[in-house]
Amino acid sequence: MRPTTNANVLEEQIAQWRQYLLRRQAIGSRDVAELEDHLREQVASLSDVGLAPDEAFLVAVKRMGNLDSLSREFALEHSERLWKQLVVVPTASADSAAPGRMDAIVAFALAVGAAIAIKAPNLFGKLWGQDEVFYARNISLFVLPFLVGYFVWKRDLSASSMTRWLAVAFVAAAIFANIYPYTSADSSTQILAAIHLPIALWLAVGIAYAGGRWSQVAGRMDFIRFSGEWVIYLVLIALGGGLLTGFLVMMFTTIGVNVERFVEHWLIPCGAAGAVIVAAWLVEAKQSVIENMAPVLTRLFSPLFTAVLLTFLGTLLFTGRAVNVEREMLMAFNGLLVIVLALMLYSLSARDPDAPPGIFDIIQVVLVVAALVADALALWNIVGRITEFGFSPNRVAVLGMNMILLVNLAWSAMLYVRFLRNRDSLAGLERWQTRYLHVYAIWAAIVVIVFPPLFGYR
Amino acid sequence: MPPTPPSTGPTDISKDLMAASSTPIVLAILAEGDSYGYAILQRVRELSGGRLEWTDGMLYPVLHRLERLGYVKARWETAESGRKRKYYHITAAGKTQLAEERRQWQVINATLGGIWQPLARPAPAHRPRFAYDNLQPAFA
Repeated sequence: MRPTTNANVLEEQIAQWRQYLLRRQAIGSRDVAELEDHLREQVASLSDVGLAPDEAFLVAVKRMGNLDSLSREFALEHSERLWKQLVVVPTASADSAAPGRMDAIVAFALAVGAAIAIKAPNLFGKLWGQDEVFYARNISLFVLPFLVGYFVWKRDLSASSMTRWLAVAFVAAAIFANIYPYTSADSSTQILAAIHLPIALWLAVGIAYAGGRWSQVAGRMDFIRFSGEWVIYLVLIALGGGLLTGFLVMMFTTIGVNVERFVEHWLIPCGAAGAVIVAAWLVEAKQSVIENMAPVLTRLFSPLFTAVLLTFLGTLLFTGRAVNVEREMLMAFNGLLVIVLALMLYSLSARDPDAPPGIFDIIQVVLVVAALVADALALWNIVGRITEFGFSPNRVAVLGMNMILLVNLAWSAMLYVRFLRNRDSLAGLERWQTRYLHVYAIWAAIVVIVFPPLFGYR
Repeated sequence: MPPTPPSTGPTDISKDLMAASSTPIVLAILAEGDSYGYAILQRVRELSGGRLEWTDGMLYPVLHRLERLGYVKARWETAESGRKRKYYHITAAGKTQLAEERRQWQVINATLGGIWQPLARPAPAHRPRFAYDNLQPAFA
């Protein structure tokens, strides 16, 4: 063997050994650097006494000792490392810090941008707290472009045609959100449009998030994972923000300064807008560092929701009562279906695709079927009386969403049962769920664009 | 400096004794001057005539523990080869600790020395042996 090849082989072996060490949680990257220096010194001195590089490498590795006991020793010394830490700005070395720091700077700059954007209409006489409908209709347009911008930067999409289409989507959304001559400030179609616009635009976020991978099931599945984690981070940030606000108000009250106006007009809107971006950045930054929370919560709540639903159906059967759904109650059933869908999605997203069906899969199926039955009973009741209620925009929107969720869950239950009976893999269910993402967005777009003229801007 | 013992290959030393002796040995070597992991191990080998063999990797958790306790300070330097190397430096607290360890080992040393002779038996061929500046061979 030529000496250069020998050296290459040695480098490769050392690189492999380094990777192997890096996988040990208790051994940090700086410790690996220290141990590698040791290993190289040892190899060099063994080579000096006549060993071939690969022999020298083997002896040096052997002398380093058993890696299990070594990492146990490191764990005793550095127990904090067994808690996965989110290193937002790595301190290891200047060069490895650069991407993480840049990411943080861009994210915070965009968060500040979103915070400014939400206050910008103030300059044009659209005052926060007075022109509520204007803000309700446009809120997603102030914030989501910055979120999309973050992913465009992060995935390096700025030159691609996708970015132009995303821009077109936002411009179109801005037009449709603002051109309609709604009959009154609290017209149903206006409120419905305000609710559904973020849902439609979330698809644009997804397309930006997935980069070029939106056409793949895996890319859309990653976006589902991202969305779940994002919601959890947003809730956590909101809790922290609430605490901060509470203390702020309390402390300034003690010195007789009224900060309510500042809190209401600046802190809450700007903080919330910024939190949207910061939460997304946190999900990206911690992706590989911290266990995903959504699947953990799913494991916890799937059995509980199943128990609640089964008890509900059992009580219904036992007492012979009918599901008496008021109009607003169907909304609650929509919420139930969304929760059941989320429970199924996030248990699916964290599931080892090759694992055979287990008890947890059976719970999932029971959960979905129970939710379907409960919802069907509610629907039966409301459809029976629809003529009595009449077709108002609210009712059509709620019913439409209910049908969309019902179809999704029914087909999902079918696919899941096929999986349980070993007829099919779970990949089919994943494909179905990720394709269905388009349906929600299209329906939301219809509510925003078609409903107002259809119902006469009522 | 005591004479370097003849090289007779590594000797098995109980884990407890290894663990107990590692602190004074490392601190004493660092008292000679700043050093890094590989060189410290070389020095241990040299001082013991190759009879005291540590598993190489195990030195590092020991060094990190001493660093946490404030006995040594670490710094990264770029060696002439261009590689980053972590050097350790003994602190004032480390020197105090070394003096304390030395006092304790001398007590044990003296105690054992007092009993080995009356036993008046030829020492077995392989026995643990420590030799470095601050510690007299315990079992000689």
